[in-house]
Amino acid sequence: MSLKVEIKKSFKGFHLDVSFETNNEHLGLLGASGSGKSMTLKCIAGVETPDEGSIVLNGRVLFDSGKKINLKPQDRNIGFLFQNYALFPNMTVEENIAAGLRLSRNEKKPIIEDMIKSFHLKGLECKYPNQLSGGQQQRVALARSIAYNPDVLLLDEPFSALDSHLKTQVQAEMVEFLRLYDKEVLMVTHSIDEAYKFCKNLVVIDEGKSVLFGNTREIFKEPKLISVAKLIGCGNISKCSLKSGNRIYASDWDIELTPDGKVSDAKYVGIRSNSFIINNSKDEANIIECEIAEIIEKVYGYTIIFYSKNSSSGTHMYFDVEKDVWENREDKTNLFLKVREDSILLLN
Amino acid sequence: MDLSPILISMKTASAAILTTFCIGLLAANWVVKMKSEKAKMIIDGILTLPLVLPPTVMGFFLLLIFGVKRPLGKFLLDFFSVKIVFSWTATVIAAVVISFPLMYRSARGAFEQVDQNFIMAGRTLGMSERRIFWTVTMPLALPGIASGGVLSFARGLGEFGATAMIAGNIQNVTRTLPLAIYAEVAAGNMDRAMKYVIIVLAISFVVIVLMNYFTFKGQKYLSKGKSDEFKG
Repeated sequence: MSLKVEIKKSFKGFHLDVSFETNNEHLGLLGASGSGKSMTLKCIAGVETPDEGSIVLNGRVLFDSGKKINLKPQDRNIGFLFQNYALFPNMTVEENIAAGLRLSRNEKKPIIEDMIKSFHLKGLECKYPNQLSGGQQQRVALARSIAYNPDVLLLDEPFSALDSHLKTQVQAEMVEFLRLYDKEVLMVTHSIDEAYKFCKNLVVIDEGKSVLFGNTREIFKEPKLISVAKLIGCGNISKCSLKSGNRIYASDWDIELTPDGKVSDAKYVGIRSNSFIINNSKDEANIIECEIAEIIEKVYGYTIIFYSKNSSSGTHMYFDVEKDVWENREDKTNLFLKVREDSILLLN
Repeated sequence: MDLSPILISMKTASAAILTTFCIGLLAANWVVKMKSEKAKMIIDGILTLPLVLPPTVMGFFLLLIFGVKRPLGKFLLDFFSVKIVFSWTATVIAAVVISFPLMYRSARGAFEQVDQNFIMAGRTLGMSERRIFWTVTMPLALPGIASGGVLSFARGLGEFGATAMIAGNIQNVTRTLPLAIYAEVAAGNMDRAMKYVIIVLAISFVVIVLMNYFTFKGQKYLSKGKSDEFKG
């Protein structure tokens, strides 16, 4: 099982230039909305055509601009779960699942029954899509796209069409499904949560370009690039310059930091808004004496907006703290925050 | 009361809607699939012209084409002994030409409103283009197509200007209901005209109600059905 993608496509002020390779792992394409990840998926499925490049699935060339190969989507044998599921509204659950099967009625029957059973759709066979809940619709769409045994399954933002109260359960179902599904799975998402939960490896796409490829956990630990750090939700990013003694100076915040390990040639430094620790004194390394600008209450915590006391520019920083931790503090005016050495992200 | 205008009108409108429906669908499908936006606009303009031109202008053009001294009319007369002008066929041709844009535009709108994701989904599922058209596009576009059919039928039934130009007003041959009403009024027979008017009203109304009923029935799956098993 392998998928190799190397494509370029230009359209209205946007240039897509994506390349990656995957071997039987669940791969995620992570990017902000409008970064071209859905377009990439559609190019692989063949419903959009790249300007140049190549797409090879298990050694089978699906697209090659040089050799003028462009298989029809019908001939690619790829499963595609659309963002809004695209279930045919004029067909019942059963008819939807059977839509991709090119077999005789008798041969179809056991496959449909099997799908109905494994996706817990018993009793819904004769319902129309608009009579189903979001989670049921997703199960039907999933059943439909793997019923004909595709070589690879593409998931386009599979949870974005769901209400938040349904999301947790449907995601749990998806985790279970993916554990048992032994084919290649490629998932597009803009949610760092989903990427972390579902994808072993990640391709990060920024403004149409694939900028980073690697193990999901490693990318979250060490985003390496400022664009990636922003994408995975690193709240505080500053320009930095190198100082002697393995120290860096974060110029936007006017503070000095001593990161873990070698400083190398970083141009930016990032600190996640949840990786500060409240400290009692300022006489240690990596301590920021804070001037609090604003406190925002959220559902499960507070966001403290502050800047370093000795800072002249006063660029804001963000600190996420749990509700009880902040509410149990007596002194709410003086605040010293410690940055753990290993959570200082060095970026380029 | 002379019943022939009613019969002629029904025959004409029926023959016209059958023809218009088919060529309207074909034309709409053809234009929707066009790649070049420029060609699309120009072709669309030509196909829509009969809607905006006065029917007498269309009648004039039809006379230019089918007149017995014109190439096509002469050819038909010489080789097949068929004379189009001032025949029943002419009433059908006039109704088709005038009602065609309504059918074509409704069908085109209906086709274009079908979510492209359904088409793409069909393709990734391996469904042939033909199968996608008949099992996905057509059913989803049906309400729009049906309403186009209603409009075209009504327009064909009410066609006057072009019919008068190319088919004339020959009793028992080309005198359709609108022409009969005109003829009766011109002769000062308001009462007789009124009878025809009521018949036109009744036919049009029944057709529209029937079509609405079928559209509603066909569209049932689109209505928001409450699910009794809302488990997520």
